[in-house]
Amino acid sequence: MRLRLILRRVAFLVMVVWAASTITFFVPRLSNRNPIRERFAELSRTGGFAAADLEVIVASYNKKFGLDKPLLQQYTDYIGSIARFDLGVSLSRFPMTVTQIIYNSLPWTISLLFVSAILSFVIGNLLGAVAAWPRSPGWLRAFATPFIMFTGVPPVLLAIFLLFFLAFKLKLFPLGQAYSTGIAPDWSFKFMLDIMWHQVLPAISMILGSVGGWVLSMRGMGVTIQGEDYVNFAEHKGLDGRTIFRNYYLRNALLPQVTGFALALGSLITSGAVVEGLYALPGLGSKLGEAIRANDFMVIYGIVLFITMSVATLMVLVEFLYPFLDPRIKQE
Amino acid sequence: MTTLTTTAPPIQPSRLKLFGGYLRRNKSLGYGLGILLFLILFTAIGFFQIKPKAAYPLAVRPKQPPSILDFGAKDWPGKYPMGSDFFGRDMHAVMVTGMWQTALIGVLAGAAGTMIGVVLGFTSAYFGGIFDMAIKGICQILTPIPVFMIQIIIASSLDKRDVTIFTMAWIVVMLAWMGPTLVIRSQVLSMKERQFVAVAKLSGVGNGGIIFGEILPNLLPFIAAAFVSQVFGSVFASFYLAIVGLGPLREPLLGNIIWGAQSQGAFFNGWWWWPIWPATAMVLILSALALINMGMDELANPRVRRTE
Repeated sequence: MRLRLILRRVAFLVMVVWAASTITFFVPRLSNRNPIRERFAELSRTGGFAAADLEVIVASYNKKFGLDKPLLQQYTDYIGSIARFDLGVSLSRFPMTVTQIIYNSLPWTISLLFVSAILSFVIGNLLGAVAAWPRSPGWLRAFATPFIMFTGVPPVLLAIFLLFFLAFKLKLFPLGQAYSTGIAPDWSFKFMLDIMWHQVLPAISMILGSVGGWVLSMRGMGVTIQGEDYVNFAEHKGLDGRTIFRNYYLRNALLPQVTGFALALGSLITSGAVVEGLYALPGLGSKLGEAIRANDFMVIYGIVLFITMSVATLMVLVEFLYPFLDPRIKQE
Repeated sequence: MTTLTTTAPPIQPSRLKLFGGYLRRNKSLGYGLGILLFLILFTAIGFFQIKPKAAYPLAVRPKQPPSILDFGAKDWPGKYPMGSDFFGRDMHAVMVTGMWQTALIGVLAGAAGTMIGVVLGFTSAYFGGIFDMAIKGICQILTPIPVFMIQIIIASSLDKRDVTIFTMAWIVVMLAWMGPTLVIRSQVLSMKERQFVAVAKLSGVGNGGIIFGEILPNLLPFIAAAFVSQVFGSVFASFYLAIVGLGPLREPLLGNIIWGAQSQGAFFNGWWWWPIWPATAMVLILSALALINMGMDELANPRVRRTE
């Protein structure tokens, strides 16, 4: 039974990836832009070669990338190369492949996303649970309110204000970049500290932007759980408040939040990409911004496809976690 | 013997008073509408104060700090109350034009998305069958795909010179109808089974009569709530597209301004006012919409339990 469930989810995942890659294949071909011609037209303007040779070069590149073949064959080739995780070659930094660019920038993105996703989930759910718990002290409940105020504000706007107040006015933090200029990148402790120092503001803006959502949904969940019979029963049995809070209340209220976590990943990665661009951290988001600026379509499509695939995969993986969190699901 | 006493007719409070009273109870709707009113006033008054041309490059002296903050000055608020940017745009003019354009994108894309959602949600829920399967299936497959990524693909395959405020609105609408479709679908599904629909059916009312006469009027609060959240989503999405450099680059759209400020290193060069005004405006717009959205939820579904 378990195997069938897994197979079904994997089939769904393949469908999602197929849908995403089909969109990235057909949408650009519906438009009248030719990335290769644009690239070389730009080069010829800056004085690389005579404009008359342009058509010859474009034709030879079309041949090299298989763009002269019929559309259907191009499509099957494209899907095949994605299955082999070959996302093409960068147009603006030619010999580099898109996979290489993604691979180089991935550690930055993962570290920022991992820290901010986990911290905001933990802080938000604890604050929300406490806010709905009738026996928690008032000052702790009031603590949740300022976070709720930031719910509608995208992290990138918080990032701008953090930059203004903490980095520009008070000069407590650096104004972006991954590490200080004039310091050689190596594996020393000092350099690691410098990198972490530069990650503080991006992480805070991501966390502030997403904690409020968790507080709100957890508070709603908590109010519902409090009315449940088993919580009343545990209270009348005379269990101490801490046990009820941890084992009867928090654990049950957390279950739907895990589903929410999977759903929130997409928007988290999106805002992470934009925040990275603002702080000029060399992660996926900045690479995406650079590629948009340089009209490097291969990199744009590659990164978009990669992000889509990772979000879909993570969502399915979180679903596989349910049986470990909720024993009732196992029977199904 | 009984005496007839004439009672004074009950005093009916005016509509305005009732509305004010409701806003006092539904605080988030009140605050949201308040912020929105302030923004509308800023834009409306601003249109009389600015020259529209000053919102475009090379119009005024570049890199002037905002003068609205030196209250002691003789000629307060000064020539450039909100300063001017690196490209020679008067920030006050930029803000007025940019807010208006942001509102335009939000309302256009919000209205179109809601309309598509209502039509698809109705067909899907009311007629069921293959329609329902197709619409639900598409929504399910599109849910795990981050919509923003697909919008990037669409926006980047357009020629940058062709992108206008209206193209921005269409790009946003293309991938934003799933939310309202699912909301309307679930509401119609539950309403279809209510007794008043059954009564109407038994009295021989046709499909059109049931949809427009029975179900649609009851759905109006939900449609209004869907519209507000749709406007919020559209403003959000177009802002994100513009901030990565995919907006209509010539227009002073709020996201474009921040993109420009960031690519010229505004904070590094000390021009803090350049990104701060559009960021403040965006925070106000999004919070107003989020607050109104929360208030509308309560209006649409008064049984929602208030946790505070």
